[in-house]
Amino acid sequence: MPLLEVRHLVKEFSRRRGIFGATSVVKAVDDVSFTVERGETFGLVGESGSGKTTTGRCILRLIEPSSGDVVFDGKDVLTLSRGELRRARRDMQIVFQDPYSSLNPRMRVGDIVEEPLVIHRLGSKAERRARVRELFDLVGLNPDHLERHPHEFSGGQRQRIGLARALALNPSFIIADEPVSALDVSVQAQVVNLLMDLQQRLTLTYLFIAHDLRLVEHICSRVAVMYLGKIVEMGETARLFATPQHPYTRALLSAIPVPDPDAPRQRIVLDPNSFNRAAPLREIAAGHYAAT
Amino acid sequence: MIRVGTVIVLIAVFAATLGPVLTPYDPSAQTLAQRLEAPSPAHPFGLDELGRDILSRLLSGARISLLVGLAVVSVSSLIGMTLGSIAGYFGGGVDDLISRAIDILMAFPGILLAIALVAVLGPSLRNVVLALCVIGWVGYARLVRGQALRAREFEYVQAARALGAGPARIVARHVLPTAYPAVIVQATLGMAGAIIAEASLSFLGLGVQPPTPSWGTMLDAGRSHLFDAPHLTVFPGLAIATLVLGFNFLGDGLRDRIDPKAET
Repeated sequence: MPLLEVRHLVKEFSRRRGIFGATSVVKAVDDVSFTVERGETFGLVGESGSGKTTTGRCILRLIEPSSGDVVFDGKDVLTLSRGELRRARRDMQIVFQDPYSSLNPRMRVGDIVEEPLVIHRLGSKAERRARVRELFDLVGLNPDHLERHPHEFSGGQRQRIGLARALALNPSFIIADEPVSALDVSVQAQVVNLLMDLQQRLTLTYLFIAHDLRLVEHICSRVAVMYLGKIVEMGETARLFATPQHPYTRALLSAIPVPDPDAPRQRIVLDPNSFNRAAPLREIAAGHYAAT
Repeated sequence: MIRVGTVIVLIAVFAATLGPVLTPYDPSAQTLAQRLEAPSPAHPFGLDELGRDILSRLLSGARISLLVGLAVVSVSSLIGMTLGSIAGYFGGGVDDLISRAIDILMAFPGILLAIALVAVLGPSLRNVVLALCVIGWVGYARLVRGQALRAREFEYVQAARALGAGPARIVARHVLPTAYPAVIVQATLGMAGAIIAEASLSFLGLGVQPPTPSWGTMLDAGRSHLFDAPHLTVFPGLAIATLVLGFNFLGDGLRDRIDPKAET
């Protein structure tokens, strides 16, 4: 049984222009289905506005989806009551893109990491403090810096703090929403390695949202490509990168920078009319789906 | 500016707490033989229509002014912050309800509403505070609502939700603190407003009742002697103007400190 199963997820945002204007509906997530197996890293890629972040937030119910099912560890997340959802959230966490806005600037970092334990009333004050030190150690931060404020840390360190907070409740599943795209390239590698190292040590499952394809190729076992709210192609990473089937995937892959200025390369420019946007996903090879 | 404001406010607080110790006269002791006597070394601010020492009365009046200001500001900021953060954080129907209440109260001339309320409830210090709170919370609520609307979208608020924090905790720990600087500025300026409002209501006979000295009632008493004994009105008037100016300076200064971009 997969750890996470998303079925026909839809999120519509409606907006009315003026008081008497017509309501326009934007489908940010349009009938998205995929599964994430226990222990794997599933990549969700696409350009900004493709709906990948909204999909992640709908799974955690940070945004309420319009319709569809999200089954996590056998439970339908979307039908949980408030109390059940609270408990379920101990098992599924999120790491945000922006390490600056994701930490409350008025709180000490030790309190930020301790907060999940306080919310779920876990342990005594001393036990919680000990756990926070342990978590700081786990993500490679100095446990003597608990009393500092977020602004005293670098972007990479802040992302580690965000990660420590997400790990505090011992979740089995983490949505990493562009966790390194706001960081310097040199720091990106450190944080990615930390994520992979933690996955091994704590047997974590990741839903990795990204637009950096090289990164996705490096760490994801399977990947889904989103375009305008729909998944247009999905499959094993190696296979999908080697034999992309959908025109959008091909265009996206051709845009990966090559670290050689003389290398011959051909950018494919996507012609939005060259394919049928309503085409359903179909299996074109074992485990490889494309909407062509 | 912030220094001038701080000094004025500190002097007022000092006078209000130590006032009775500082002057040798009882603020309500009458010496009718010396009524309306002009300022002299023994009575630097002169004596009023019943022969009471005006300086002593000003010092005990400062206590009333500051107490009313403090009571109004704390009660209305508490109500305003609660309702404002509820409206801003939850949005939807609750927001509509609270926002319409704010709009309606904003459309009323505040002091008229306070006069009407005190007229109905009966003149007393408690009712003055009550009436001023009824209109006072609106400013804080509007301010905090705006901040809460903004803070709701912050990623650390989303993170708290993802961790399973309840709305009460999120509002208290993550949303409200973003509004504190603005609330402090508003509260300082609100002190000035409350002091003026209390003086106005007392001047109209709707506030503090004689013989308790209040700057507003002192102005009212001096009104009939405006030409033969102007010191009856000049000193309380100066006291009100100075203290209000002090709080305004302090508030403006704080605002500039907190948001350097808004400096003019």
